Amino acid sequence: MSELRFDAVSVRYGHHLAVDDVSLTVPSGQVVGLVGESGSGKSTLAATAVGLVPATAGRVLVDGAENHLRKVQMVFQDPYSSLDPRMSIGGSIAEAMPRGTDRRAEVARLLELVNLDPGRATALPSRLSGGQRQRVALARALAGRPEVVIADEITSALDVSVQGAVLNLVRDLQRQLGLSMLFISHNLAVVRYVSDRIAVMKSGRIVEEGPAERVLAAPEHPYTRELLAAAPRRHTRLEAS
Amino acid sequence: MGRRGVLRAAAGPAPVATPRDRTGVVRTVLRSPVGATSAVLLCLLVALAVFAPLLWGDRAAAIDTDALQQGPSPAHLLGTDQLGRDIFFRVLVATRLTIGLALLATVIGVAAGLVLGSAPSVLPRWAGRVVTSAVNIAVAFPGLLLALFFAVIFGTGTIGAVLAIAFAITPSFARLTQTLTASVAGRDFIAAARVCGVGRFRLLTRHVLPNIAEPLVINSTLAAGSALTAFAGLSFLGIGVQAPSYDWGRLLGEGLNRIYLSPAPALGPAVAVVVAGLAFNLFGEAAASAAGRRPQPVRRTPPAPESIVDDSGGGLLTVRNLRVTFPGGISPVRGVSFTVHEGEMIGVVGESGSGKSLTALAVSRLVEHPGEVTADRLEFDGRPLAATPDRELGTKLAMVFQDPMTSFNPTRRIGRQLAEVSEVHQGMSRRDALAKAVDRLRAVRIPEPERRAGQYPHEFSGGMRQRAMIAMGLMGEPRLVIADEPTTALDVTVQREVLRLLARIRAERTAGVLLISHDITVVAQTCDRVLVMYAGRIVEELPTAELFTAARHPYTTALLAAVPDLDTDRDAPLAVIPGRPPEPGEIGPGCPFAPRCPLAGDRCRTEEPELTAMADGHRVACWRSESELTLAATGGPR
Repeated sequence: MSELRFDAVSVRYGHHLAVDDVSLTVPSGQVVGLVGESGSGKSTLAATAVGLVPATAGRVLVDGAENHLRKVQMVFQDPYSSLDPRMSIGGSIAEAMPRGTDRRAEVARLLELVNLDPGRATALPSRLSGGQRQRVALARALAGRPEVVIADEITSALDVSVQGAVLNLVRDLQRQLGLSMLFISHNLAVVRYVSDRIAVMKSGRIVEEGPAERVLAAPEHPYTRELLAAAPRRHTRLEAS
Repeated sequence: MGRRGVLRAAAGPAPVATPRDRTGVVRTVLRSPVGATSAVLLCLLVALAVFAPLLWGDRAAAIDTDALQQGPSPAHLLGTDQLGRDIFFRVLVATRLTIGLALLATVIGVAAGLVLGSAPSVLPRWAGRVVTSAVNIAVAFPGLLLALFFAVIFGTGTIGAVLAIAFAITPSFARLTQTLTASVAGRDFIAAARVCGVGRFRLLTRHVLPNIAEPLVINSTLAAGSALTAFAGLSFLGIGVQAPSYDWGRLLGEGLNRIYLSPAPALGPAVAVVVAGLAFNLFGEAAASAAGRRPQPVRRTPPAPESIVDDSGGGLLTVRNLRVTFPGGISPVRGVSFTVHEGEMIGVVGESGSGKSLTALAVSRLVEHPGEVTADRLEFDGRPLAATPDRELGTKLAMVFQDPMTSFNPTRRIGRQLAEVSEVHQGMSRRDALAKAVDRLRAVRIPEPERRAGQYPHEFSGGMRQRAMIAMGLMGEPRLVIADEPTTALDVTVQREVLRLLARIRAERTAGVLLISHDITVVAQTCDRVLVMYAGRIVEELPTAELFTAARHPYTTALLAAVPDLDTDRDAPLAVIPGRPPEPGEIGPGCPFAPRCPLAGDRCRTEEPELTAMADGHRVACWRSESELTLAATGGPR
């Protein structure tokens, strides 16, 4: 696995600066959690990494190289729209594979890897539940043998009772395969659970970045402190003030 | 000519069907009277096209100089033409050429339209723009005008006419393809395929076209009907099929010359054109409506056991054995009972499909037809809800939805929309109502309320809109605020603000609050009591203070363990609930949670447990005894 580096990346939509001079490194084999409110530019940053949105300025590097098509793969937020409803799940996974792979065997191996029955490769996505679909999406991302995986809000469209299973799977796979990963979520508790490092984004800028324990225990930026204070906790009551 | 197709596409993205629905569409078409009739007609036309020239070709061509230009007679049903040929058989035989040419023109037109319509997604951007502009210009011309224009260019004759009609269909089909492609192109699976390195051409053939095939096929059928009539028109004008060949249009033209002497020779081909054109169009229409409106699978649910009627004192909102039923016997809410007292904040948690939102809608009298709401008792502020006048309900009960953007009218100023509540429900003057709106915006801590009241919803941020929504609820004197996932679309910092606001309303106005959320930590932070819903029923009700210490139902405890928070152990795997919640139609006789429950026994699979009181204010619906549940909840030996 290898390192993903955003080098002074900016993305401008018309007059709106969605990503403002972001430099961020996802070290090899580590998970960087990216938190921030909606509209802070998290998803735009992810889209530049996989080439869906061109960077207005700056570079995205994988192991120092700029040409990284297919080396970065992404898992999308909504598993109900990220799989082609007319294509079997095996077909979707196989499509992402490099040429010359034994597709059938590889599809079976990947389905097994994400805890799905390989016999279901011919099933259409409509036959699967949300959690199962998200696992297929994860298998597809892995099929391209990526150097880096980007997970963009992958649990927010799922029911709470299946979120846990997907998060466990992400953690297991990451450790088992030594993946480098950029894990994007607005949910600090989820990010905390999977990440080695945490980056906080606000209005297109990274306002704080560091080892997860340090960011959570001793946040430096006021916005990070605000996020931590606002995150729902079990044993604190919110008083009307 | 295909113009209808353009309108249909512009009206919104076509329903994207899953493939297993396709056979369902055909079946639905054949089941509707219009669809069945047109299908039979189409089959008849095809049979005629295939067999008529073989069976009657000779009789249609036979020249009989003894019977020139005769009227209808038993020997010649529609009379004869100027060479004495039988017009009835000529009409039958002409079916092949007429239908064949119409279909040929449609196929060429649709194919050209598909190529032009999908070209922009494959070509470089500038070339795509050129194609799109060309199509846009061509769409502006009426189809028949284009056909006449092309007919002049290609010269009179069959081939000229086919090409003329084909290219007249092309622009509208190109536009339709473009619109449909654009509606699919924005979906994530296209982006996902691009990230995987799928090329543009393969993207088009494997992902885009299969997903837009259905509306295209339906519109092609409609286009075939139009092509048929248009072709008859060209032949009638003498610029279509030339002698000695003949189609319905030519026969019509020949017959028309002596329509005042004998109408039959003209009416025969005219009827044929109308019937065939109708058959194509009606079949297309039937297919379109079948594709747009798929029948819901009808499943029968066994009736849930009657809930024990609890007649203990009513509160602000008293709900006993509430059910919401949809046609087909599907009941997403199956016997829900609870009470909200004044100044109390009750949380309802559950996953999507648990019936929590529908319960909220039923309580606010917002369940729309064909949903049916029944209850043993459904009382608000001491009166049956059904008997509460709209005006009173409008001021005493406030509803806050998940997405305030869709709850506000985007074309009207926020202040006016708030003021309207008081104008309508309390008969206030315009000026007083607006002053009150500003006051309420201030009450929910919107900065500069005077200026903000003059702004439109899109000028508000998400959290601000949600607060404005709550302010709208405060325009009356709400006794009860029902908030359905009010913070789901918001960021944590804004979420806290909105929750605080709800808590403040409860404290200051002693109003009841019913807070619905999928997030158990949100509910735990703010509410006094929690109702946990699963598969349309309440499975546990308990005081929030006991939620993390005394929750008993296996679903509640599993839910608590499955959601990470800032105190979760990072080194242990998260607890997982196997399986998924049942759909409303899948609920069998036993406890709906039994298939996912680690403690389920035989009784759980055959009989649904009742919500029964365990301790003061704590009710659980589970067959397992209290001691067993306590052991399981505290992680003791099983």
